[in-house]
Formats: sequence, structure tokens, C-alpha cells
Amino acid sequence: MTFTQNHLLGIEPLHPTEITTILDLADDYVALNRSVEKHGLALDGMTQINMFFENSTRTQASFELAGKRLGADVMNMAMAHSSLKKGETLIDTALTLNAMHPDLLVVRHGSSGAVNLLAEKVNAAVLNAGDGKHEHPTQALLDALTIRRKRGRLHRLTIAICGDIAHSRVARSNLILLGKMENRIRLVGPPTLMPAQVGEFGVEVHDDMRAGLEDADVVMMLRLQRERMDGGFVPSEREYFQRYGLDAEKLAYAKEDAIVMHPGPMNRGVEIDGAIADDINRSVIQEQVEMGVAVRMACMDLLARNLRKSRERARLRGAANG
Amino acid sequence: MSIWFHNARLIDPETGTDSIGTLLVQGGQITERDGPCPDGAEAVDCGGKCLAPGIVDLGVQVGEPGAQHKESLRTAGLAAARGGVTTIIMRPDTDPAIDTPEVLEYVTRRATARTPVNIRAMAALTRGRAGREMSEIGLLLDAGAVAFTDGDRVVGNTRLLARCMAYAKGLGALIIGHPQDPGLSAGACATSGKFASLRGLPAVSPMAERMGFDRDMGLVEMTGARYHADQITCARSLPALERAKANGLDVTAGISIHHLTLNDLDLGDYRTFFKFTPPLRSEDDRRAMVQAVGDGLIDVICSMHTPQDEESKRLPFEEAAAGAVGLQTLLPAAMRLYHSEGLALPAIWRALSLNPAQRLGLDCGRLASGAPADLVLFDPDAPFVLDRFALQSKSRNTPFDGARMEGRVLASWVGGARIYHHEGQG
Repeated sequence: MTFTQNHLLGIEPLHPTEITTILDLADDYVALNRSVEKHGLALDGMTQINMFFENSTRTQASFELAGKRLGADVMNMAMAHSSLKKGETLIDTALTLNAMHPDLLVVRHGSSGAVNLLAEKVNAAVLNAGDGKHEHPTQALLDALTIRRKRGRLHRLTIAICGDIAHSRVARSNLILLGKMENRIRLVGPPTLMPAQVGEFGVEVHDDMRAGLEDADVVMMLRLQRERMDGGFVPSEREYFQRYGLDAEKLAYAKEDAIVMHPGPMNRGVEIDGAIADDINRSVIQEQVEMGVAVRMACMDLLARNLRKSRERARLRGAANG
Repeated sequence: MSIWFHNARLIDPETGTDSIGTLLVQGGQITERDGPCPDGAEAVDCGGKCLAPGIVDLGVQVGEPGAQHKESLRTAGLAAARGGVTTIIMRPDTDPAIDTPEVLEYVTRRATARTPVNIRAMAALTRGRAGREMSEIGLLLDAGAVAFTDGDRVVGNTRLLARCMAYAKGLGALIIGHPQDPGLSAGACATSGKFASLRGLPAVSPMAERMGFDRDMGLVEMTGARYHADQITCARSLPALERAKANGLDVTAGISIHHLTLNDLDLGDYRTFFKFTPPLRSEDDRRAMVQAVGDGLIDVICSMHTPQDEESKRLPFEEAAAGAVGLQTLLPAAMRLYHSEGLALPAIWRALSLNPAQRLGLDCGRLASGAPADLVLFDPDAPFVLDRFALQSKSRNTPFDGARMEGRVLASWVGGARIYHHEGQG
């Protein structure tokens, strides 16, 4: 049991044993979530604020449910419509909220690094729920938990991450996490959607789906934003589906028992064939959603423990000095 | 009024020498090298420290008019005096832009009254730096503009730029370009590569710089204009620059001290004080640039002084303003080239004072007799830790905050008058 972080800003700062710690605890929470009495007390008395500067339904709901199941008071702030539009800076918003003494801040923001900036200015434990094109750590952790439960391990697997890698924070967090756990990672997508010099991350890069999926244990599809389909990055929706959409023919190149993942929301018929998405023998997309709540409970639980410890230390120091 | 500097390590970029000697200043001009002390002259013992021509900083942004809360002419002058910069070449990216003789005259008048150092202004190449109509190049030239530039805005309309160059050629005016392909670099705030990919920042390939430079070289060849590239920062641009010079085009190039001393990894966890236009490059590029300065292929080192207040910088990286203050840190940062990169002091000073002065047709930047007595006395080895709140600029956005530096300005003179001296020095 090791977890030394005060914030969860990304996968990059995590040690592999910390990742394992989160996943082990999340396994327990999966069991709790499947029971009738779903209440834990890990966050009892704590205040959790969800600040979403970008619209989100699924991630926000998942964090809200995770907090409530652990006994926190949860407040949602849809920042996309709020004071930032009136000219208030991110820092001022953070300081305003900080004055209300939240214990956990869950933040999503459209700019890479914005959550790091915010974490420097507040006393709460900050969880990154996605910042720009940088990281989305809880998504990578829930993907890891899904893989570990479905494949029985989280190392020495061949994992193909397919689609819009360049604009995806999910892809970044996943390739860092899966790399740390010593898996073989393949990135598959058109060159226009591949980040520069990504080969230096120790991954294989393919622009052909068939070669990329060959003998893969896990096929992870990414969402392609609509605004990127109309000739800017790829010529058209139908050409993209034909070359990079996951259908039965392409999936046949992967291992027979390969699992299919997608962080959602899906564009059926663009990056994934509806029949594959609904195939209960291959698709684990619904499990991913379930694991999401458990992983977020585990992350908040661990951060809350460290928060209590550091506050207790500060209190003792204050008593000793006073 | 005469001053006789003795026991000085004279850094002469013109002759490329670095030797102990004396220097006599009379009536605001340098009159004699290595002569005896005449009667009645004030003797200044330099204690074996370096005496060099004052720095001519090509491309300083002063907030006046329009952004006095970031920097005023007065504070820029104070920072310059402490940094050994004796001539500030102002960029026209003020608000309003320096694009009419009236604004130029206003700035010049205020500068003379408020600053101890020389201030010369560049004028906008197009009206309002908007890239649509040519500014009054002839009238601005008569009013004292030393060069014409739209700053970091690229004139996207190639036909307009060609006309500006042809017109400027007729008047002998110098055009300063910002080599960058505007389409490729739109929205980018980092150099594409492994680090930018990891941080998820919108990035531009170094190729955009060479493409911008190649376009400008085409136009220079076509029109015969005098051209200076404000910043050449990538190894890939160097062969094009070398070729242009070899072909006899009237072309020079500069680089900011930040691109010579920092690289893209310094961005770290989204440190906005390291955001520049163009963005910091890879270590390979940085080293190639240092080499190019040493070889004389890159002519000018400048600070690209760009004051930004805390509010403009305390934002997510993509949204934060670019640029850093540099008037006061240019000299100590340049000493890194001397201490760590093996460049000789005369070679560094060729790029800091001689070349920019000659390119702009100024008489300063030299130690020869007849040159104005704009001088800086500095100790290249004095170590210190930079505290940004001790800077004289109104804005304190320096990437060198907390950095260990070597090189301290002990005193500076403009036209033979001492404008700064470090406490504890005679």
C-alpha cells in the first residue's frame, strides 16, 4: 500500500506501485458498488467541488456518484457558463472557491496545464478530469482496471490505441500508464492525427489498421471529434471509417479473444461499427463506465487519506510551536 | 570634461581584441587608446575588469504609449542602464503603433526627457501593423526611424511585402522581418517535438521559420531590399541564411539571448515565463545557434525585451502572453556563452554592439577614436542569484528568476556621462 501524491494531475508523476495501489483499492469498490448498500465513509464530512470548464456529462456524473457513495458533500459547478465569461481569471476563480474550504477539487479545463496551474494555488487535493490535450488520468486508470480484470494482468500485453492520438488526452495518459506497466503499445491512425516524434515514447506507430491490430490483446478506440472530419485532418467521415473504423474485418487481425474499448461517447459508424460496440463477447465499453466510478472512488479515498495525514501533521506542528 | 580609464580589459569587437589598456574619453567621444593620462582628466581605475562598448539592443518593447503599466520609457531606461545597454532600439509594437511621424516624434521627445540611455525607434512597416497598407516610410525615415518592421506579425500578403521592399529599397531603408510561415505557426505555443507532444501543447515545426525566411529571401532577391531577420532560431534555417549571404543579398539575422541559453525542456510544468515568440527550440537547435553566432553567420544578439504583467502570465500556457524582459539580464545571460560555450568576449560584443549599430547606421558600438563614449564596465565572473523582484523593469517576467548567473555590470556611460554604477565600486 503506497500512495504519496497530494494531487492527481496526471499519470506521469505516478510510480507503478501507486498505480497498482489505486487499482487494488478500486477492485474493492467495484464489489461495494455491486452490493445493495453502496455507502462508504472514506470522504465523510469532506466537500468535493466539481469544476468543469468544458461541458461533460459522463465524467462529471461519474465523479459526482463516486463522491456521494463515499459520503462527501458534492457540488457541481458548470464553469462553461459562469464568471470566466465575465472576465474573471482562472486563478481568481480558484481562490474564490478555495475560500469555501473544499477538500477535493475535480477540474476539467480546455487548456493543457491549466489544472497544474490551479493546483498550485489551492489547499484542496486536485483531481485532473482532463486538461486540454495533456492528460486524463482517471480515464487511463479505469481503462487499466478494465484490462486487468478482463485479461487477468496488466503487463506484457499488446495494446493498440487507434484514432485521433494527436488531440487525445486519453491517449496520452493511457500510453504513459501502459508503458509504465511494461506493455507493448501500438499507436494507429492517420499521420495527420499523430503527435510529432511520438515514436520516441517507446511505442510503435502504424498508419495501417491491419498491421497495427495484428495479434493485439486490447484494441482501444478513440473518439474522432466531428469538427476534425470535414477535410481539415481527414478527408471525410466515410473515408475515415473505411480506413480506420473498427469493423469485424479489421478486428479479425487482433487476437481471437481481444477486447474492444472506447472511452465514449462513441460515434457509431465513424470510428467503430455499431455491431462491434454492442458485441458483449468483445466490447467492454459498459464495464469501462462501471470501473470509472470505482476508480474515482479509489483515487479520492487515497487522496483524502493523504490530506487528513498532512492536516494532522500541520495541526501537531502548530500545537508543538504554540 | 575628460575621463581616463586605466587598468581596463578592453573588449574591442572591431579589432577582435581583448587586452589590458587605457581609454581616453574627451567631450563625450573616445579619443585615444593606450595613451597616458592627460592633465585634468578624471582617472577611473577599472581594476582589471572588462570595458566594452555599450550594448545596442535591437528590438526592445517599451509599453509607451499604450501599456505604461507594463513598462514605461523611464523604467526601461533604468533597466537598460543597469544592464549595460546604452542604446535601446524600440519596437513599434506600441498602442497606437509607431506608424506615423507624429507618434514617432512623441516617443522620441518623451524618451529624451526620461531616459539616460539613447533611444531610437523603429517604425511599423504597414499602417497599424495590420499588414494592409504601407506606412509613410519616407516621412518616418526623415523623422528618425532606424528600421521598418511589423514586429512579430508577419506580413501575410506577399504582394504588399514586395511593394514595401521595393519602396524601401529606393530610400535605402532597412526592413526587419519575422521569418515564420503564418499558416503553419498559427495558434502554436511550442516547438513540435517529443516534449510538446507529451505536454499536449499546440506546436509548430521549425520548418515554418525556414519557409518564412525563404519567402522573404525570394522577395529580397527580387527587390534588392536591405533586410534583417529579427530572430533565426533553428538549425534548419541556417543553410538558407548562409546561401543568401553568399549570393550577395543585403541580409543579416539576429537571435534573442533566450534562444541561445534556454531550450524547450525549460517549459517544464507549463512555466509561462518560458513562453516566447518564436517558441524555445530543441537543445540541438540551441547549440547550432550558438555556433552560428560564434561563426558570425548570425549577426546580432538582442534581448527581445517584452514586458508582461503578472496577469498576462498567470494563465494556462496556451492563453498566457509570450515574451520576457531582458534589458537587465542580457549581459549576464550572454556571459553564459562566454563561460559555458567557449565564445570569446569580442565575438559576443560584435553581436551585442558593433553589428546592430552598423546595421542601423549608428556610430556607436565601437571603441575606436571618434566613436561616442557609450561604455559598459563589467565583471564577467561575478556570481549572483537573480531575484526578479530586484529588476528595474515594471514587469518582472524573466525566465532567469532564481537562476545562478555570472557577470555583473559595474558601471555604464552614455556620451561620456556615467549613468549607473554598482554600489561598492569607485
